[in-house]
Formats: sequence, structure tokens, C-alpha cells
Amino acid sequence: MSRQPYIRPMSKTTWYMRNGRYKVYMLREMTCLLVGFYSFLVIFGLAALSSAERWNAFLASQQNAAMIAFHGFALIYFLIYQTFAWFELAPKAMPLQIGEKKLSDSYIVIAHYIVWAVLSAFIFWLAGVF
Amino acid sequence: MAVAKKAIVWGLFAAGGTVSSFVFPALITLFFLIAVGTTPDGLQYEKIHEFAASFLGKACLFIVISLSLWHAAHRLRVVFHDLGVRKDKVVANAVYLAAFVGTAMTAFYLFLIR
Amino acid sequence: MSKRQIELEVMRYDPEKDEAPWFQNYEVPCEEDWAILDAINYVKENIDTTLSYRWSCHMMVCGSCGMMVNGEPSLTCKTFIRDLPDKVRIEPLENFPIERDLVVVLDNVMEKLQTAQPYIIRKDPPPSDDKEYTQSRAALYKFKQYTMCINCMCCYAACPQYGLDQSFIGPAALALAHRYNLDSRDQGKAQRLDILADHDGVWDCSFVGACSEVCPKSVDPAAAIQQMKIEGAKEFWKQKLSGGKS
Ligand code: SF4
Ligand code: SF4
Ligand code: FES
Repeated sequence: MSRQPYIRPMSKTTWYMRNGRYKVYMLREMTCLLVGFYSFLVIFGLAALSSAERWNAFLASQQNAAMIAFHGFALIYFLIYQTFAWFELAPKAMPLQIGEKKLSDSYIVIAHYIVWAVLSAFIFWLAGVF
Repeated sequence: MAVAKKAIVWGLFAAGGTVSSFVFPALITLFFLIAVGTTPDGLQYEKIHEFAASFLGKACLFIVISLSLWHAAHRLRVVFHDLGVRKDKVVANAVYLAAFVGTAMTAFYLFLIR
Repeated sequence: MSKRQIELEVMRYDPEKDEAPWFQNYEVPCEEDWAILDAINYVKENIDTTLSYRWSCHMMVCGSCGMMVNGEPSLTCKTFIRDLPDKVRIEPLENFPIERDLVVVLDNVMEKLQTAQPYIIRKDPPPSDDKEYTQSRAALYKFKQYTMCINCMCCYAACPQYGLDQSFIGPAALALAHRYNLDSRDQGKAQRLDILADHDGVWDCSFVGACSEVCPKSVDPAAAIQQMKIEGAKEFWKQKLSGGKS
């Protein structure tokens, strides 16, 4: 008997098309583009704070159909693939055990949502949305 | 052998992921409000300038932006790897440099606002 | 009991004859309550005696019957006909070389399990002769989940990072290391992290989470790895601050 193990090839560039789970993972990882984009957008905003004219020009640069669509899309994408995904995974990295029992993951997830809601409300209040 | 330096970048990645997950939805919503022409009062020049000029405002902005940048940089590095780009050293240097430049810009512009 | 006709599409590979694997179809009259493993056993006993595959316990303890069932890494004795369509594709576990038919070569992960140093490491002397290491129930429950692993290697078949780079230590071995790191009797955490939080260790995992989703024993290796990353980060600063090696 001769051994001749067969190695199935795996594409280094398109492997994530193999199943739905991998596709969702890639969609999640792509959120980094949004994080980078908005970080730099804020940086440009900070630069524009040097004068009222520049700041208003910065605000005006956002006010067109393309940016409305982009921000809307980005918000939904980010919520699904970054915020909710992150909260979902958080209890895995930081499990809590009280006494003998492990605290159910859902408590930690819910705690994240509560903190998030409060913090978001605070930011909106600070920005004068209400 | 010892614990790899990746521990540092991963730590920043995790911190940035947490911060951005919590803060960015509100941030993007604000940009959306600006875009549709209903800029909230707090984002008018006087108010936002006052916020960015305060120590607390500066601290918050700096922490959120710098950590988020590191988060994005590290994840982008992994994305490149996952897409089959195997020059990890080059990719890592490029993305971390970008994050560093962004962080320096944040510090610089915040310093100018007073 | 009523029978159900299932078409099994089985990957075949004979290292002495075949250049590459190919598929062979078998019509199997299945009982409603059968697991996929029963259907494969039926083929072996009644249709084609040349089919090679591994199994032993038929009760989810030996961990030898892992295969791809319709593309999903599964324990075939735990995957039931009633949950599957009429046509089922069976392949050997993904990411492993095929020895023959449904049998894969596991040497690589067997070595990896060693690097986890899966035994209790003591710095202090053990308790005096007639005493045992005592452990509270709370301390046991901290790691109990990670002791449930049966080395079926479904998680490795699911892990894209292992598929892309076989030097990655991978889910089960890291979960196993974590199990000992969390054990209140153990003192080898720093020693394990030295290896497992280095290159090829925990950092190569990008938290796809696929390993945990397919694990038939709910071991949740992905969680173990994330926790080890946190521990690794702490250990890094500890080594730095104590001015130690780096
Ligand atoms: S962790 Fe789960 S999937 Fe992986 S070898 Fe152990 S039992 Fe199998
Ligand atoms: S979580 Fe990590 S170990 Fe598990 S499948 Fe994903 S990359 Fe692999
Ligand atoms: S045959 Fe033992 S686990 Fe399936």
C-alpha cells in the first residue's frame, strides 16, 4: 500500500465565497472601511473648525443626494455588521461567572445595548438634536 | 519565545472596535442629519467649536478617533490577508502608518482649536 | 417504520488508482430515525465494501466520524436523515489531506494538540502524598465546557484561517490550552501563553466563529481564543513591566 494523500486546493483569494458563514464574516470585516472613512471625515471636520466659513463649507459638502444615500447606507450597514455583531460577540471574549453559574450571554449583550442607547442619547443631546 | 507584539495592536483593535461600535451609529446619524439639511444646533459653528475647544471635548474626540483608526487599520490588514495579499509586513506598515498619520492629524487640529 | 430513499453522493479517492477524488452515488433506503452514519454503514454492508471511513462509538463520544455533510463539518452519528434533503453529499473533512475516501490525515493537528501542553503544570510542589488537589465546583465550572472536546476536528474543517495557513495552531488545540489555563490547580499559564500567544498562535484567528458554530459538543473554541487574546495582551504587559524577556 502506498500512501499518497490528496490535498484539496483552497483559493487564497475567493475562499470566502464557499459558504454563507464566510460571506457574512467578510461583510463584517469590511466595516473597517467605514470606520476609516468616518474617522477621516471627522478629522477633516476638525480641520474645518479653524473658521466659521470653512466649517459651513464642510457642512455644505455633505448636503447632496449622494452623501444622503451614503450616510443612510453606512448607518444601516454599520449597525448590522459592526455594532450588533460586536455586541453579540462581546460576551464570548469576556464571560462572567457568578458563583457556580456562568452568567447567560444574553445579559451581557443586553447590558451592551442599554449602555449604547444611553450613550447615543447623550451624544444626540450634546449635539442638540433634542 | 514570548508573547508577540501583536498583543499591542490587538489590544488597540479591540478597544477601537468597542468604542466605534458604541459611538459611530450616533456619529453617522449626525452626518445623515447634516446631509438632509437639518443640522442640529449643537453642530453649528459656535457650539461645536466650543465643544472641541474644551479639554473634555478634545479628550473624547482624540480617544474615539485614534482608537477607531487603529481598529480600522488592523482589520484592514486582516482583510488584505483574507483577500490573498500575502505581503503582510508591507500591508501592516502601510495601514498602521495611515492610522498613525490620522492620529497625529487629530492631535494637531485639536491643538489648533482653542 | 416508513423508509425514505436517500441519494448519497460520496467522495471517493483511492491513492493507488485515482489522480483526484471523484463522486460516487448510492441509493440508500433509510429508516426515518437514522443518522447519516447509519446510511454510510448501510452502503458499506450492502452495496460497496470498498468504502473507507472512520467511526467507532455511534454515540458522539469517540470523535472519529466527522465528515462534510452537504458542505457542513458534521459528526455523522449526530446528523440525522430527517433534517436533510433527499440528496446528501458526503465529503472528507475540509482542510485536511485525504488518505482514502472519507478518511483524512490528522497528523498535523495531533502535533498541535501537543503544543497546548494539555496537562497540569505545577511550579509549587504538589500537595503532600495522601492529599489531592482540591477544587471547588465554581472553579470547575469555569473550564468544564472546554473539557467536552472529543477531537472530532470539525472545527478545523470549518476554520478558514487554518485552511489558508496550516501553521495556525487552530481552534481545538487552543481551546484545550485554555481549559488548562483556567484550571485552578494549574500554574502553567504563562508558559503556555509564551507559545500560544506568539506567532501562529491566537493572533492568527480572526474570529470568524465558524469553529464554534459547527462544534458538536458546544465547546465554543472561538470564545476560548478571544479570551486567550485578552490574557495574552495582559501577559505581554506583565512581561514588559517586569522588565523581563520580550
Ligand atoms: S472543539 Fe468541538 S469541533 Fe473542535 S475538535 Fe473539539 S469537539 Fe470537535
Ligand atoms: S474563530 Fe478563529 S479558530 Fe474559529 S474558525 Fe474562526 S478563525 Fe478559526
Ligand atoms: S462515531 Fe463516535 S462520535 Fe460519531
